[in-house]
Amino acid sequence: MTEQPELESLPNGPGAAAILAAGIGSLALGILAFAGDAVHFLGRLLSFWPPSGALSGVTTLAIVVWLAAWYLLGRRWAAREVAIGWINLASFAMLVVALLLTFPPFMDRLQGK
Amino acid sequence: MGFGALFMLAFSGAIAVIYATAVAGTERLPSRWDTALLRFYMISMAALSWLTTLSGAYVIYPWYRAVPPAGTTDLSGYPRRLLLSSPLTSGWHELGMEWKEHIAWFTPIAMTMVAYVFIKYGPRLALHRQMRAAVLAFTAVAFFATAVSGLIGAFLNKNAPVRGGAEIILYQAK
Repeated sequence: MTEQPELESLPNGPGAAAILAAGIGSLALGILAFAGDAVHFLGRLLSFWPPSGALSGVTTLAIVVWLAAWYLLGRRWAAREVAIGWINLASFAMLVVALLLTFPPFMDRLQGK
Repeated sequence: MGFGALFMLAFSGAIAVIYATAVAGTERLPSRWDTALLRFYMISMAALSWLTTLSGAYVIYPWYRAVPPAGTTDLSGYPRRLLLSSPLTSGWHELGMEWKEHIAWFTPIAMTMVAYVFIKYGPRLALHRQMRAAVLAFTAVAFFATAVSGLIGAFLNKNAPVRGGAEIILYQAK
């Protein structure tokens, strides 16, 4: 570590965009995984690459949603200060819902199995 | 599995790097060399998480899901069917693999975000305490997802080893 002049400050927008996009991408993964499991037609539709089955479509689409959300939010908030407390809260809420939606006992309960 | 193991080993380092950088703040900045090294570390973690999930989903998983030809009685080369063939082991697929195949994907999304925020803000994370909290929390969730995935993978491999497609012989006794 060496002594250096202070860094110029950066707005929190770009970081907030990345955090919220990660939450949105995770939620997309959870919803698609659940939908693919609950609706057989969707499961077949999501089978982009048959050897991996629906997992290939679920993850490909979730990544597309995540990157699109990141791009759009990143552009919008590039030079802005945003209310990051609420963004953190929303991101964690989405992450928790996503984790639940991928947990098989919870998936089954939602489907009434 | 190798990528996953490396990734798990690197986790505690990542948490320490993020925390130490943020705590040091903007008054004591790391040297160029330190900054480059820390960035390389975070990028490597994100890359390892992608390699782990992609190889799992597109190399190992198809072997696991392989469908045996009609009339096959020896299911040892078809892990999914082997597990489902007995009520004593079907839970390993229905709970284990079905959870593992999805939960693992939270890790690369989280770690890519963490690497980006770390590189973008670096020591400035000390000025953005809530952002630092989010980064550390996502790192913790990624650790949890990787641990669940790795643990289930190890148990699955005990019950129904994935042997792979074409035969690969690393060593053969004379």
